[in-house]
Amino acid sequence: MFIKKILIIIQPVLAICMGLFIGLMIAYGLGENPWSVLKILVNGAFGSTHDLASTLFYTTPLIFTGLSVTIAFQCGLFNIGAEGQLLSGAFAATTVGILFANLGSPLAPFIAICASFIGGALWGFFAGYLKAKRGSHEVINTIMLNFIAVGITSWLTLYVFPNRGTQNPETQEIAAQFRVPSLFLTEHATVNFSFFLALLVAVLTWFFLWKTVLGYKLRATGQNITAARLSGISVNQMQILAMVLAGGVAGLVGVAEILGQAGKFRIGFSPEYGFMGIAVSLLGRNKPLGVVLSALLFGALHKGTMNLDLETENITRDLSLVFEALIILSVTAEGLWSYILERRK
Amino acid sequence: MTIEEIETYCLQLFNSTLRISIPLLFAALGGFFSERSGVINIALEGLMLVGAFASAAIAYFTHSPWLGALGGALIASFFALFYGVFVIYFRANQIVAGVALNMLAFGLIPLIAKVLFDVTGSSPGLSIEDRFQIMPVVLIILLIVFIHFWFQKSSFGLWAKFAGEHPMALHSAGISVFRVRLFSVWLSGILAGLGGMSLSIFLSSAYSRNMTAGRGFMALAALVFGKWKPLPTVFACLLFGFVDALQIQLQGIVLWGAEPVPVQLIQILPYVITILVLSGFVGNARPPSALGLPFTKS
Repeated sequence: MFIKKILIIIQPVLAICMGLFIGLMIAYGLGENPWSVLKILVNGAFGSTHDLASTLFYTTPLIFTGLSVTIAFQCGLFNIGAEGQLLSGAFAATTVGILFANLGSPLAPFIAICASFIGGALWGFFAGYLKAKRGSHEVINTIMLNFIAVGITSWLTLYVFPNRGTQNPETQEIAAQFRVPSLFLTEHATVNFSFFLALLVAVLTWFFLWKTVLGYKLRATGQNITAARLSGISVNQMQILAMVLAGGVAGLVGVAEILGQAGKFRIGFSPEYGFMGIAVSLLGRNKPLGVVLSALLFGALHKGTMNLDLETENITRDLSLVFEALIILSVTAEGLWSYILERRK
Repeated sequence: MTIEEIETYCLQLFNSTLRISIPLLFAALGGFFSERSGVINIALEGLMLVGAFASAAIAYFTHSPWLGALGGALIASFFALFYGVFVIYFRANQIVAGVALNMLAFGLIPLIAKVLFDVTGSSPGLSIEDRFQIMPVVLIILLIVFIHFWFQKSSFGLWAKFAGEHPMALHSAGISVFRVRLFSVWLSGILAGLGGMSLSIFLSSAYSRNMTAGRGFMALAALVFGKWKPLPTVFACLLFGFVDALQIQLQGIVLWGAEPVPVQLIQILPYVITILVLSGFVGNARPPSALGLPFTKS
């Protein structure tokens, strides 16, 4: 029992070490010195205040998508669709920021934040509704919805709100009063308000899932759907609710990107935050605190590997995907861990 | 439009439906083996991409599409074995491990492309002699017929069915569930690799970044639509292929007003149809009972 408890804590740490080790060996195989690759990674992620700010900047969306996957997972659903939901949420925020440019209210950022949530929630709702009412599997549906979101947001960007002043595939700028404040660490390095929003949402998610009746019903549905149904919980409603909340939280990535950073919707702004969210949630053992910590790790990995493009000859930032994949595989290999556990006994 | 124009138009559409369906057909048959034996295979997408890249790279260096196809299928099957070991022996969650394998493929391929060709996005174009003109079409037809009968009549087909429906019964009969599942996943890797091959050295002339564009997932959807049976799955693939062909034909056509329908909206057509098909017409498709459940002996 005691060994099991320790294993729960050290298993993710071991998995991270294993993933990093194998990833570095792959870098070695491709002709790089693994030690210097590791140094580039650490320096790139934490080397200066500017790097640290960038790391936190990448951490923020990952907290949102990680929580999104977590909420769905607690209800027994796989949300592979955070990518589409965050695009939908980000575009909703952009739309509000452009259409209501004359709105002078001090509540403007708040309205745009709500728009992000609603945009994402709508996209999550489709998947939840189809799962609960039509019985079609959420994994394939959310993946299809990702592609649909890419298509629709690209079309809206290029044809409905195009930025005429540039060749870049992006929308017009949103009105200034919708932006959320930046916090300057040094002169150039900023972290925006959305980072704190992400931490707040993590606390709220924990409170909702573990301290409210509705959250309990949602988790009961995830634990044992038959038992939940027999005890009178409307599992269909819970599944829809879980996907709506998951989508809404993923949509809040729009706050980080649109309201906090770019001020406009740029096609392809997300480096697959949605898929990284799956890794974040899994490594964080589907708990909000774990999600925040593992989002920080993946944010650091993402920022650190960016420097590989410039500072090494043979490898590129694509290595971060390899690291993530290896870490997920190491975490999820249950049989491997119980084998190690048996040996220790 | 005159009658002749409509005729050529339909002929073109028919022709391109057949061509475009081929990668889907390979991948869906691959998914068929894996899922019937009880292993969900979200990794099809990544396996196809590996097959597409490896085939194009090998065909480029050896100037032989045959070696390219063989190499691509084998390399994809190694990835499938890796996936299989994780989900079958280590009891990793099949959807999570599948997503991870896709990420691994999406990350590893650009790194290797960088070393081989000094660009991350694509492989160099293949000349017409280094590509297939008709072989994948013949191969897929032979495979469909073969798999249909083989799965019905062979003892392996029966084992795979039991591994997916009632693994304990298979285990009691003294057959290793692990090995049957691993072999099925390996087969699905070969077939998905061939699907990728047909994308890069049959339908186009090089590997390009993310060229599978969700076809692995669509193959899975076709499998659900085909109720996990080979022949209905083939028709589901042809339907998706038709929608994709229609999508390409529709690009640039003026349906209403003065402007052509934007390409971004037409491109989502196959994905919309997939969702509609899955949510509307599947009815009570019953997946294999043990699908997604890891097998433990005790």
